[in-house]
Amino acid sequence: MLLHLAAFLPLVWLVYAIPAGELGGDPVKELIHFLGLGALRLLLLTLLVSPLRALSAYSPLIKLRRPLGLWCFAWASLHFFAWLYLELGFDWPLIASELLTRSYALIGLFVWLILSLLALTSVPLLQRKMGLRWRALHGSIYILVLLACLHFYLSVKSDVVEPLLYFVAAVVLLALRRRSIKSWLKSLSVLWSRA
Amino acid sequence: MSKACLSGGKLREGDVTPESLYVNRRSLIKALGLGSASVAAPAQAGLLDFWAGDSDNQNDRNRDQRKPLSYQVDNNAAKLSLTPYQKASSYNNFYEFGTSKTAPAENAHSLKLEPWTLTVEGEVNKPGKVDVWQWMNQQKLEERIYRMRCVEAWSMVIPWLGFELGKFLKQFEPTSNAKFVAFETLYDPEQMPGQKSRLVGGGIDYPYVEGLRIDEAMHPLSILAVGMYGKTLPPQNGAPLRLVVPWKYGFKGIKSIVKIRLLEKMPATTWNLLAPNEYGFYANVNPEHDHPRWSQASERFIGPGSALKVVRQKTLMFNGYADEVASLYRGMDLHKFY
Repeated sequence: MLLHLAAFLPLVWLVYAIPAGELGGDPVKELIHFLGLGALRLLLLTLLVSPLRALSAYSPLIKLRRPLGLWCFAWASLHFFAWLYLELGFDWPLIASELLTRSYALIGLFVWLILSLLALTSVPLLQRKMGLRWRALHGSIYILVLLACLHFYLSVKSDVVEPLLYFVAAVVLLALRRRSIKSWLKSLSVLWSRA
Repeated sequence: MSKACLSGGKLREGDVTPESLYVNRRSLIKALGLGSASVAAPAQAGLLDFWAGDSDNQNDRNRDQRKPLSYQVDNNAAKLSLTPYQKASSYNNFYEFGTSKTAPAENAHSLKLEPWTLTVEGEVNKPGKVDVWQWMNQQKLEERIYRMRCVEAWSMVIPWLGFELGKFLKQFEPTSNAKFVAFETLYDPEQMPGQKSRLVGGGIDYPYVEGLRIDEAMHPLSILAVGMYGKTLPPQNGAPLRLVVPWKYGFKGIKSIVKIRLLEKMPATTWNLLAPNEYGFYANVNPEHDHPRWSQASERFIGPGSALKVVRQKTLMFNGYADEVASLYRGMDLHKFY
């Protein structure tokens, strides 16, 4: 419950903050940035769940992982939508050319598409049905978090320190779960040999 | 009104919003207790008024140090629909005060504007120092309503008050060796947090420097601006004195200038030093030459009304000033000299 509030309240805050000028006279860029950064933070939090559980030996923590991942997807979708509409005004030819020719945009699109797949397949029923394939698909989060940091890094003009800090955080989180990554790679190779 | 901008350079008579009328209309709107969006675009009444964002913020008014200026009204460009003052003064790139668009409006009030001395030196017969505030009051200032196109693919229309740069420079008698003009922003880390900390200032080597070719500097469209919207500049927009070259990307418009040098060789410019493949010396607005990371063919116009009212318009060659300036670049490969 607390988690839902924490992920939802900032969006409510926007409804106040934008007209109050908290994001400046023209909030579009700040808004896109705010939503993107929020999605990245939620993605990192999602990755933090397992190491925290291992550390605290408090197993119910794992229940946080699915809602965190879904909220990350929600923020990423709003981020994407804000860029499509507020920045580019649904100018589809322009959007298509931007997505295909700009590396940061293409990476962002890719991350969002995979996140959509993860969100769609996040229901427990599918998790059981898909078995090893579910594990293989959802392990892609290890790659996504790095790509999301790269997307952030490529999109800034000069101040690269902030994206680099996120990159370091992502690498630390991945290092903490070396074993899960190995088992993910194994699941991939098993599926590969089956196919 | 925003449609006027969509139709490119050809604007209609009916779209006139002179400064005086603009101010009066605003006070009238306020007197009637209406949001300005509801007058500018009646169709948007209701919920969107809440998101209009054209009204002055109480904080800004308390902090407002601007003084009214007298000037000759711009009759030519008044057909453009103006960006509201509130937006033009709260959406700024001025990394000396932080890299976010809102940081300059929040932090720049710490800039000590008086006294302000501008030094002019280099290839001139009469180098000198100018007391900017005194000088400002002695000039016949002109209003120039210009399109402002940022390299980040957004644009505004701003009524500047200023003085032709060329006329200003001639007083110092440039020598025949003067081929370029270099500009420098104040360097004072105590006043400018971005100069003190790389984290705040985006990793730029300060002071911010810019430059023009001498013929660009002498062009009658290039101005030294001391004001906008009828008053002196607020600090976040480059008070007390900044450069405005309307056919170039906004980053050429160096702010809070303390030094102008006339030179024989092309001077270094800040963004070119930082990312030479993304920002050239010329930085002319050119819809056909994309930034490596985004298209420059169109732009998001920041005009009156709600943040949700998206105006994506075509970017014009030389920002709509091709008739006046294209001849300066005849025979040059604009993809090579971007």
